[in-house]
Amino acid sequence: MAKNVISDETIEYVGILAKLELSGEERERAKEDMANMLDYIDLLNELDTAGVEPMSHVFPVHNVFREDVVENGDDRDNMLANAPEQKDGCYKVPKTVE
Amino acid sequence: MSKQYETVIGLEVHVELATKTKIFCACSTQFGGEPNTHTCPVCTGMPGSLPVLNRQVVEYAAAVGLATNCTITRNGRFDRKNYFYPDNPQNYQISQLYFPICRDGGVEIETAAGKKVVRIHEIHMEEDAGKLIHDEWEDCTLVDFNRSGVPLIEIVSEPDMRSAEEVIAYLDKLRLIIQYLGASDCKLQEGSMRADVNLSVREVGCETFGTRTEMKNLNSFKAIARAIEGEKNRQIDILEEGGQVIQETRRWDDNKECSYAMRSKEDAQDYRYFPEPDLVPVIIDDEWLEEIRSRQPELRDEKRIRYQEEYGIPEYDIDILTSEKRLADLFEETIAAGCKPKEVSNWLMVETMRLLKDEDMDAADIRFSPAHLAALIGLVEQGKINRTVAKEVFEVMFREDMDPVSYVEEKGLVMVQDEGALRSTIEEIVKNNPQSVEDYRGGKKKAMGFLVGQTMKAMKGKADPAMVNRILLELLA
Amino acid sequence: MNLMSLTAAELGKKIKAKEVSAREAAECSLAAIREREAEVHSFVTTVDEEAVLLRADEVQKQISEGKLCSPLAGVPVAVKDNMCTKGLLTTCSSKILGNFKPTYTAEAVLNLERAGAIVVGKTNMDEFAMGSTTETSYFGVTRNPWNTGHVPGGSSGGSCAAVAAEECSYALGSDTGGSIRQPSSFCGVTGIKPTYGTVSRYGLIAYGSSLDQIGPVAKDVTDCAVILEAIASHDRKDSTSVAREDCRFTEALRDDAAGMRIGIPRDYFGKGLDGEVKDAVLGAAKVLEDKGAVVEEFDLSLVEYAIPAYYVIASAEASSNLARFDGVKYAYRSEDFVGLHQMYKKTRSEGFGAEVKRRIMLGSFVLSSGYYDAYYLKALRTKALIKRAFDKAFEKYDLILGPVAPTTAPKLGESLADPIKMYLGDIYTISVNLAGLPGISVPCGLDGNGMPIGLQLIGDCFQEKKLFRAAYAYEQTRAYRHCPLAQKGVSEA
Repeated sequence: MAKNVISDETIEYVGILAKLELSGEERERAKEDMANMLDYIDLLNELDTAGVEPMSHVFPVHNVFREDVVENGDDRDNMLANAPEQKDGCYKVPKTVE
Repeated sequence: MSKQYETVIGLEVHVELATKTKIFCACSTQFGGEPNTHTCPVCTGMPGSLPVLNRQVVEYAAAVGLATNCTITRNGRFDRKNYFYPDNPQNYQISQLYFPICRDGGVEIETAAGKKVVRIHEIHMEEDAGKLIHDEWEDCTLVDFNRSGVPLIEIVSEPDMRSAEEVIAYLDKLRLIIQYLGASDCKLQEGSMRADVNLSVREVGCETFGTRTEMKNLNSFKAIARAIEGEKNRQIDILEEGGQVIQETRRWDDNKECSYAMRSKEDAQDYRYFPEPDLVPVIIDDEWLEEIRSRQPELRDEKRIRYQEEYGIPEYDIDILTSEKRLADLFEETIAAGCKPKEVSNWLMVETMRLLKDEDMDAADIRFSPAHLAALIGLVEQGKINRTVAKEVFEVMFREDMDPVSYVEEKGLVMVQDEGALRSTIEEIVKNNPQSVEDYRGGKKKAMGFLVGQTMKAMKGKADPAMVNRILLELLA
Repeated sequence: MNLMSLTAAELGKKIKAKEVSAREAAECSLAAIREREAEVHSFVTTVDEEAVLLRADEVQKQISEGKLCSPLAGVPVAVKDNMCTKGLLTTCSSKILGNFKPTYTAEAVLNLERAGAIVVGKTNMDEFAMGSTTETSYFGVTRNPWNTGHVPGGSSGGSCAAVAAEECSYALGSDTGGSIRQPSSFCGVTGIKPTYGTVSRYGLIAYGSSLDQIGPVAKDVTDCAVILEAIASHDRKDSTSVAREDCRFTEALRDDAAGMRIGIPRDYFGKGLDGEVKDAVLGAAKVLEDKGAVVEEFDLSLVEYAIPAYYVIASAEASSNLARFDGVKYAYRSEDFVGLHQMYKKTRSEGFGAEVKRRIMLGSFVLSSGYYDAYYLKALRTKALIKRAFDKAFEKYDLILGPVAPTTAPKLGESLADPIKMYLGDIYTISVNLAGLPGISVPCGLDGNGMPIGLQLIGDCFQEKKLFRAAYAYEQTRAYRHCPLAQKGVSEA
């Protein structure tokens, strides 16, 4: 039995964030999987990380820039060819609520 | 209303930077292209594409920070702000949360009540979203990513403003600073400057802040003023009825003059910010910072002092001339072309301002060149055309920016300097208007004006007014 | 003669010497694919045969004219299906990208094309590189050419199987937590994950951006060095790409391990490690010692924390990286929905498989309000400590030696039931990605069932040359073992 308990509300909330809709069976599995994973991740709490700077980049590379020069042309038709639906040179989606 | 309330306002101002290319790709930022013709894999969120930061964005952002007295972050980072919306192609926006480029600044504003400092909490760099177009015909939405990835800075103020007047003074101050820096044209109507208003109310004397709301979709100074008034009243009504204001984002509808909540159960407003792994830190060392500082142009406050010392024109003129960078530039460049400051000032303050108003244009849209204005002023000074003709020529120049010298010649507008011809015309007019001559001699000095008018009419406006006066006086004596 | 049984460098030499043509090499690869795909299923997409041959002729013309002189000119290659290829389906083995044709080619693949490589197909993988068995592919499993009842490992299972089955001369894989090294080990081939930043990630469909790195999969160490020389580049389109001073990796190919200091982490040889794997790996260490290396045991520490830290970081990045698959701009969109939000949810729920959804959910959770510090920042701090532990080790040692995986390739269908158990299989590879280090997997024997075992060498960042030197020296003591399926031979094209 997992120590972490994932509630229906949490799974629902994470589903909203991740834009995933889980069926009843998937939900139960997801709750269990996530609880197990969090139990496992809680292993990290054994480590004393006080005063350790969080490391997002491994190497001290910095200041990588582009100069402000237009280089890209118009490749719209090729890019739009991948769109599920298009109209008037635009990507077409269901009405956004205003 | 029994209690006295105070409005507390903070602003989040988004400014589109005047770079040639987008913040993370080499697509053009030019306005008004066909939909999706200024896009590439990066700004449409194609899988496998990666962002590379435009150096100019950093320089503009730092320049704005310096001009607003901010501390520049020496080791800045980018973060991802995650939310789903069709105008956001990656479904995350690259922004700065943890280490924004500027912090802890402020600007001084002037209102009727006097001077005051509005503190700036931070300025961060981020990318703009695409444009959503509602298609009435099919009742769907069309997405155009031409604006996606256009660089923005977001200037976040402290909640230091207490009225719409202060808000507008603050915005105008920012607009001028940024325009002077050349970092943006700051046009509210076109969306290159946008403000979200965070507003709360509290009882006068209360130390703590009330619950605030955030209002979006404000695209003119008037809309901002109306929205502040509307939201203030809405919150006071809630409190007066014993209710509680809910912290939320509201959208202002300027036509209906009311705001409504933008909440939806599908939006959790939980942006899951984390450091952008695809971009490396931006380190601004002393040398770079000094370079940016040394390139800072003269800003408005400095210009005002210099104009007074250098040109000796009235403060009223200085206020108007420096109220738009374009006007100040024109002013200085026309003087540099050899004109008298007061003369240039007059053309800009009177004729130019009138035409801008008539045509509903911004000073930034002025088309005529300083060289042409200087040429026009020269024509008047050399006595080649009179002021009336000059004003007509100026109107054409305002619209078409043609060379006034060749225009005046082509149209035959040069003043007649042939005294003999003028004298015989006037003699004719004096002969044909005995009543006016008699009136003048009888002491009605106004009659003189009528005779001048008749002369100018006969000369098709091309007579030198001084010469007309002299000859008339001679003949009437 | 079966040209696909040669190494890429050997084949390249023969083409250069005009002993064989690029077309003959391509035909040989195409024939092997026709023959073996039904059994192995290494590919999601194979390039149209006519197009492959046309390309081979073009390359041949350039070779003959002296315009192309790369050692890989005319040699057939397979590319993992998470690297974009212009006009050619790029699916990440996912339904959600099932019909995606990129308008651009990944920089690493472009580098190969410039060198005259002939791309024959896109290889199968775990969906979005999330998995260790290639069983999470939407397009069906890939089988291990050594025994088709077993998995090839993952996520670059298709690339490693294609090389082992000799359907192509070499392949590109990608490695986020062991995804090149582990399947290389399971398939008896050699694969290297370079130092982070060595190969451009432009056009690599991201899983965990701070961990992903493209690398070669081939028959031997020489090939890996040759291929890495070709694909390594400082790319201005990838901000994390590093300008390396020395990418002449082939210079390091010397049969000489004398004086190399090699550390064996005791922590890698404890509970969970299969006895046969342990013996084979320690046997390899002995070989290096015999060649003059100084080998000693040490405590690396923190090994057990790498996996939980990795799953927090990789899942968090993945939850964001995979947000773009929403049915708006490309590829799959659900057919049955009402309104925008349902379109998002249905598209993503139908388009992603179970393992991908599991990681997106976990990643969204660990970044969500209230949990960021406890999970995400904690993991980034752990990563810093792990990097420090490696830094300390590399003060003493040139290389770290250990197994690639605790076991040889498991049977098909055994792994997915218990995710955490599957994740534990990555224990020796994952920390290398967290610390950005290079790591190579070299075959070092077979277990009792005839399944390959891999030896892992780990170097300090930018020290690929040391890896190549030691791996090459070790390799000289044993011949390349062709898998039984590849030995069957191919009917003449």
